[in-house]
Formats: sequence, structure tokens, C-alpha cells
Amino acid sequence: MHLKLLEIKNLNKSFDKKAILKDVNMEISSGKIIGLLGKNGAGKTTLIKIINDLLTSDSGEVYVQGKPIGVETKKIISYLPERTYLNKNMKVSEVIQYFKDFYEDFDAEKAEKLLKDLGLDINAHLSKMSKGMQEKVQLVLVMSRKAELYILDEPLGGVDPATRDYILDTILSNFNENASVIISTHLISDIERILDEVIFIDKGKIVLQSDADKLRKKEKSSIDEIFRRMFKC
Amino acid sequence: MDFTFDNNIPIYIQVLEYMKIYLISGVFQCGEKLPSVREFATTFKVNPNTMQKALSELESMNLIYTERTNGKYVTKDKASIAKLKDEYALTLAKSYFQGMKRIGLGKADSIKYLERIDDAFETTRN
Repeated sequence: MHLKLLEIKNLNKSFDKKAILKDVNMEISSGKIIGLLGKNGAGKTTLIKIINDLLTSDSGEVYVQGKPIGVETKKIISYLPERTYLNKNMKVSEVIQYFKDFYEDFDAEKAEKLLKDLGLDINAHLSKMSKGMQEKVQLVLVMSRKAELYILDEPLGGVDPATRDYILDTILSNFNENASVIISTHLISDIERILDEVIFIDKGKIVLQSDADKLRKKEKSSIDEIFRRMFKC
Repeated sequence: MDFTFDNNIPIYIQVLEYMKIYLISGVFQCGEKLPSVREFATTFKVNPNTMQKALSELESMNLIYTERTNGKYVTKDKASIAKLKDEYALTLAKSYFQGMKRIGLGKADSIKYLERIDDAFETTRN
């Protein structure tokens, strides 16, 4: 049986009478890297927060492996928020302990190895690290869980191109085959190479969901180009 | 080696091209066991599903084969690799001559240029 990893049905959400998500429907299966692509304010982060149970929807249903959103689904979703929530006064080693206590599926050895590869000092305080370094630490923590679904909200935001490459490599080599990764971004050209599928979101609506290579073949251009054409201001 | 990809062309097609060159140039010999899909994906820095798709294409062209539970191997048929090499070389040669034709040079002149390049290679070597 092929169980859907993520299923969203008729999801709606508004803030102060302004509709942010309008009748969102989507399905995601296992073993894929999916790009959730949209302009600023398209509804990407709101959608992600609902999947992570940080916001409640006005109407509609969300299921992760057939289960409604809640404690059980949080156990299998590893989420990288747009902004870090870590206590800056903590040392990296303390944050690792914190994750170990918090998540059953957290692999501390793996996290330590990845941090070492990145040349990050496990005894350093987060407050003494640059923004880019803090983002790397956060990504390492998220990718060191053995989750079923990884949701990365703008993982490439403020990092340099070399680090961007490293982050993409980390994502590619660390997600397990039965899991899926959703990456939300507007920096499409940087990540489109690693995507299986793309989902375009605009003004709170899903306007396109397709296999990335099929879309390239059909339109004879890059995902970035197709996106620019579709959402020209 | 660093692999560059053109985002305008399906990635698996570009991976397929790199793989063909590997087979033609003997990086992977006839009958040799290939690295796993995952290892390849890490090398090319592409999604494992994209890699799988490129390998499936090679398999449907009978250039590689899967031994159940054991992994993937390069075909034992040397003739089919030779044929691939021949086709590839012909494509490269055609595109060279087409380029020369566009600037008004015929076959004889084009060959002269090839010989001049050959001389240039010699001088740089010495």
C-alpha cells in the first residue's frame, strides 16, 4: 500500500479577514525533495506553520501519514523555521543535549560529526557565532533527526554561495530514502537542481504541482524562468 | 570533478550524458560493478531519484544491467560501448563541421584547421 506522507484538503486560513490560504489541496509521497516556491507573502510560511501545528487553520484537513496534525505528527516532522528559536546563551553542545532530550529520533553522533565537518566548535556559545554559522548549526540539528518529513523554511536565506552549496549537499546526503523534504524558497535557481517536484504557490493558492524535469522538458526552460514568467509583476 | 548543469535542460538527461562519457572513456570498464545510486547522487550532487532515472535510461539502452540484489554493472558487451563511442564521436565531428559551414568553410578547409590545432598541441607539449 502506498501511504501518502502528507495530504492537505481544502485548507483555508485568514488573518483579519484577509485570506492567506485559499482552498489549498496537495499530496506528497515519500522519497522526494519538493520545492515549495512562491513570492514573498504568497503563503508559504503560513502553510508550513499549519503543517507544524504552530497555527490553526480556519477550515480544511491536514494529515501526515494518515494522522491528523498533533503530537504524533510532530514526532515525525523535522522543521527548520525561518528564524532560529535557539537560546543564544547556550553552547552548541548544550543545544545538542537539548535536542537529544526532546526528540527520540535525534542522532547526536551524527550531529557532532556534521558540525565537525563544518569546522564548527561544539564548545562555542551560539552568541559568539556569526548568523551564517548559527544557521548551519540549526540545519545540522534538523537534519540529524531521523524524521519522515523534513520541512525547511527558507534554509538559504542569509548564507553565502559556498555555504549554500554545502547546505544543499547536506540535505541531499542526509535525508533517508523513505523520507521527504519540503524546501520553501524564492531563491529557485540555487536549489532547482536537487528538486524532484515543484509546487508553485501564489496569493494563497496552489497554482502548479509537477515533476521538475517534466516541467523543464515541456516548457524548455528552467524552473526559475518558468516561475518568473508566470509571476511577472 | 565539479559538474555543472544547465537548469534549462532536464537534469537526468545531463547526468546521462556524463555517464555516457564515463562509459566511453573507460572510467567504468566493461563488466565492472558501478557505485550505488546514492554514491553517484552524492558525486553528481543531484537528487537520488534523478540519478535513478539516468541509470534506468542507460539500462534501457543496454549499456548497464542490474544483477538482482547485487547492484548495477557495465555491460559485458564491448561492441555496444564501441558503438556508443562511435556515435558520440560522430556527433562531435558533425557539430564541428556544421559550425565551420556556418562561417563559410567547407570540409577540406575544416580539416586543415583540425591539423593546425594538432600542430598547436605539439608545440605546447614541447
